Amino acid sequence: MYTITEEILTTPSGDMVINVGPQHPATHGVLHLLITLNGETIKKVEPHLGYIHRSIEKMCESLSYRQFIYSTSRMDYLSAHINNHGCALAVEKGLQVEIPPRAEVIRVLMDELTRVASHILAWGALAMDLGAFTPFFHAFREREMINDIMEETCGARLTMNYMVPGGVMMDIHPNFQRRVKELLKQFSEKIDEYDELVTYNTIFINRTKNVGYLSKEDAISFGVSGPSARASGVSCDIRKIYPYSIYDKLKFDEILYTEGDSYARYMVRVQEVKQSLSIIEQLIDNIPEGDFQAKTKAVLKLPKGEFYSRVETARGELGVYIVSEGGMTPYRIKFRSPGYSNLSALDHMTRGSKIGDLIASMGTLDLVIPDIDR
Amino acid sequence: MFLKEYISDVYGAVKSMAIGMKRTLYYFTHHQEIITQQYPDNRDTLVLPERFRGEVVMAHDEKNEHRCTGCTACELACPNGTIKIITKFDISPEGKKKKAIDKFIYHLELCTMCNLCIEACPTNAIHMAQTFEHSVFDRAQLTKVLNKPGSKLQEGVE
Ligand code: SF4
Ligand code: SF4
Repeated sequence: MYTITEEILTTPSGDMVINVGPQHPATHGVLHLLITLNGETIKKVEPHLGYIHRSIEKMCESLSYRQFIYSTSRMDYLSAHINNHGCALAVEKGLQVEIPPRAEVIRVLMDELTRVASHILAWGALAMDLGAFTPFFHAFREREMINDIMEETCGARLTMNYMVPGGVMMDIHPNFQRRVKELLKQFSEKIDEYDELVTYNTIFINRTKNVGYLSKEDAISFGVSGPSARASGVSCDIRKIYPYSIYDKLKFDEILYTEGDSYARYMVRVQEVKQSLSIIEQLIDNIPEGDFQAKTKAVLKLPKGEFYSRVETARGELGVYIVSEGGMTPYRIKFRSPGYSNLSALDHMTRGSKIGDLIASMGTLDLVIPDIDR
Repeated sequence: MFLKEYISDVYGAVKSMAIGMKRTLYYFTHHQEIITQQYPDNRDTLVLPERFRGEVVMAHDEKNEHRCTGCTACELACPNGTIKIITKFDISPEGKKKKAIDKFIYHLELCTMCNLCIEACPTNAIHMAQTFEHSVFDRAQLTKVLNKPGSKLQEGVE
């Protein structure tokens, strides 16, 4: 299909084919896009995957139900807690254990802190992709506080491995509540900065409004989930429609926009940060006393059967599917990762637009490449 | 009409930029709000939280005694095969044979700091250290023997 000349690749019809990535700052990782261009207009975007494939699913088959959870922190590393939560939920479904209320609250608190951290990083990275460098550091300032909280309670900054079947690994650190309250205070003071720096900025609005349009029907047919789908008006928040943990008892709104463009996807994330902060606010003073972990056997064995759990990560719906033959290790594990489906819509979204808009569309899809490749 | 729209567009654009620039200038003149850490210059004052997982270490007391019985629970709990325990048989003064560890081999290069071994240990013999500067020139140096030479099991630990 392509003829290779010395410097550039061209198709027989004279279109130029260029490679974006696998090492390109705008792809946020090792994503390789093969773009067919007619002048500046995109005719086709072909993602090439597999650069960071570690076959986590296959690896999990040889690990016990306690051990496999740690590896899922390395899928979508920006929502590691939520991945771990999904896996723990699937295992708990098989074990039929009751989770102590304290553990549930700690889990949700951690999930929401992760979501905030992930969304503000997406905010900063998007602004950086579009040429504004300062917001990135503002995002990192608050994210750093969250990482410090994680480091203190869970022992690591990104790959926490904090959720275990039956609860959480350790009790929260004595400083936890104080530091989360400091974070809430910091956010309430500084959240206006986010809007001042980016949301109202004309350059930003011009580069994202009516760019990378994804209709509701297309979002559904591509299986897009998470903030990217909610910006197209698809109601798909797992926390609302299939509530897990204690989400059915919490007050928060599902953010829905109908525009379906990059700006709407951006706005969904900004609003979701506020919702997550309000969830944290509701819970931080109401952590019940009690155990942080249910008593489980030293060696976990799931009964024969299939177990599925779904959670809402910062990027969309993560499904964990475990097939058990009754042994100590799963027979098969499959992860339905949100990034993979979200990426599949990229070609459709950007076809016919200019190459600069590709970056904006990609930035608002908030792709995490290890999540796509697994 | 067109001109009016055009001017209000330009005005809006300039205003939004000015708001952003005001923020930037604020931080430009308020150095105390800058939070960059000067690593590695601040090595001496850098405090990591006590739960931070840097590497697995085995605590020894002043009599060069540790608490590891050689039960291999940590070896089984580790997802990566990072720990290898070589046991030997000690002869006690009464002539009884007793299992003890000969070498607790720990491959730092394989460790993912998941904390599962620490959770699994029934006698709290191992814990996580806060060190994090692990780079070495030769990767053989990353394979460590955690029990110190000549160390033995603490009294009363079963
Ligand atoms: S921290 Fe995890 S990977 Fe490292 S030795 Fe312990 S169990 Fe193994
Ligand atoms: S460190 Fe703990 S778990 Fe590992 S062999 Fe020694 S006593 Fe057993």
